[in-house]
Amino acid sequence: MRTATLSRVLYRKPLLRLGSLLSLPLLWLVIAYLGSLAAMFLTAFWTVDAFTGNPVPGFSLGNFGSLFSDPTYLAVAARSLGVAAGVTVIDAIIALPLAFFMAKVASPRAQRFLVAAVLTPLWASYLVKAYAWRVMLGGSGVLDWMIGGGSQSYYGLTATTVTLAYLWLPYMILPVYAGLERIPNSLIEASSDLGASAWRTFRSVILPLLFPAVVAGSIFTFSLTLGDYITVKIVGGKSQLFANVIYDNVVTADNLPFAAAAGLFPVAVP
Amino acid sequence: MILSRRARILLFVAMMLGLAVIYVPLLVVVVNSFNSSRTFGWPPSGFTLDWWARTIDNAGMLQALLTSVEAGIGATAVALVLGTMAAFAVQRFKFFGRDTISLLVILPLALPGVVTGIALNNAFRAVLQPFGISLSLFTVIVGHATFCIVIVYNNVLARLRRLGGSLEEASMDLGADVFQTFRFVTFPLIRTALLSGGLLAFALSFDEIIVTTFTAGPGVTTLPIWIFSNLFRPNQAPVINVVAAALVILSVLPVWLATRVGGESAGGRI
Repeated sequence: MRTATLSRVLYRKPLLRLGSLLSLPLLWLVIAYLGSLAAMFLTAFWTVDAFTGNPVPGFSLGNFGSLFSDPTYLAVAARSLGVAAGVTVIDAIIALPLAFFMAKVASPRAQRFLVAAVLTPLWASYLVKAYAWRVMLGGSGVLDWMIGGGSQSYYGLTATTVTLAYLWLPYMILPVYAGLERIPNSLIEASSDLGASAWRTFRSVILPLLFPAVVAGSIFTFSLTLGDYITVKIVGGKSQLFANVIYDNVVTADNLPFAAAAGLFPVAVP
Repeated sequence: MILSRRARILLFVAMMLGLAVIYVPLLVVVVNSFNSSRTFGWPPSGFTLDWWARTIDNAGMLQALLTSVEAGIGATAVALVLGTMAAFAVQRFKFFGRDTISLLVILPLALPGVVTGIALNNAFRAVLQPFGISLSLFTVIVGHATFCIVIVYNNVLARLRRLGGSLEEASMDLGADVFQTFRFVTFPLIRTALLSGGLLAFALSFDEIIVTTFTAGPGVTTLPIWIFSNLFRPNQAPVINVVAAALVILSVLPVWLATRVGGESAGGRI
């Protein structure tokens, strides 16, 4: 009987229904998640007590000051941006023909198969993919065997760029593929009818229309690269990227205010 | 689009190269797990099942696997409830700030893991510690659930959009109350979307390492954390190889299942 009453009340009052549906998700996401995010970025303005190492509330731009003036941090930031740009370029070069073939050349059946073939490894473990490149580039690994080197390993910044490009490749393929799907075939045919070669059509019709999709993919590759500190530990040799600065300041230096200030970088740049 | 034979062949070759880039590293990992050489040089010197047999009763690995499964189930359960509620609110109601909800839901997945991780770590230590709750499996589940919500949300939202509301209205017209309608009409219709969303959320949680690093207590080791801490130990290489190979094979399974049971798209992660 009581559920019937409750049901009647819920039925008559849509606002109550909406409120009860939204209550828990909002409680979780706004209070638990946005709350912690806000609190963290607030601590970016705090300082650290030199003796106890505890964060001291207050308002100071000191963390940002040292972040922007210390040449080490600037170098790491520049290096990370360079790696992110490299990752984006590699991904775009691989993704464009692949997505183009999927969207415009393959038969519908082959298309379904290809989408599944590209998407499935997206879900393969991140760590396993990075490890796969550690194996490929390691001493007497596949690369070493292919170029006939003397059992040496090839870890470093280039290895990191390649591995990150591998990890984020589906994040570029998917938006580009979706973008190509949205370009009507009639536009491409019209361009051909007007005498444009395939290359000219690609350059003057498809590429401009595809630009927003490539930008969307690049946002993924940039933000994911700038937030990653694990791949560089696995295949980077001794190199460091910007997220390592954040990580080390939390875990090793226990300087949360500085880490929070640094954490704004991968959020703000893309 | 009219493409010359040469352009078609070039595109096909580029696509096959792209697919090779995606799959070769994963294949190398799987092949290496049967490599009889202890240093895992390439090409493999022989075939052995020894490493697999040795890994299956590796106590540390089994404990980590169990922890990962527990965390995955916990996070998936929370994400199923919250994601479904949010999807219903957004799809069935018009209200101020509706678009913000979609943004809010995807934010934990869109922001770099290191930012989410530090924010949650900071909040847990500040809010929960005074109550005697320290970082533990519970905090890992909270962290994972936060970014798993969007997966369930996307799946259920897409299903609700396709269903429309007429079946539910018919059910109510025939005298069913709000709860009966949900139990006998809505739930059976969204069941497969819940199943595929749940599977994908589990896969995401199972694989996560960065947020886990910051939210796990000292004694909590999930499988990715265990792999990462053993990655640089040469004497553990055989075990790591087998675990990585098993994960490659296993990770394909939930995604394949999720698309089979009628998921909207495996690209829901993006």
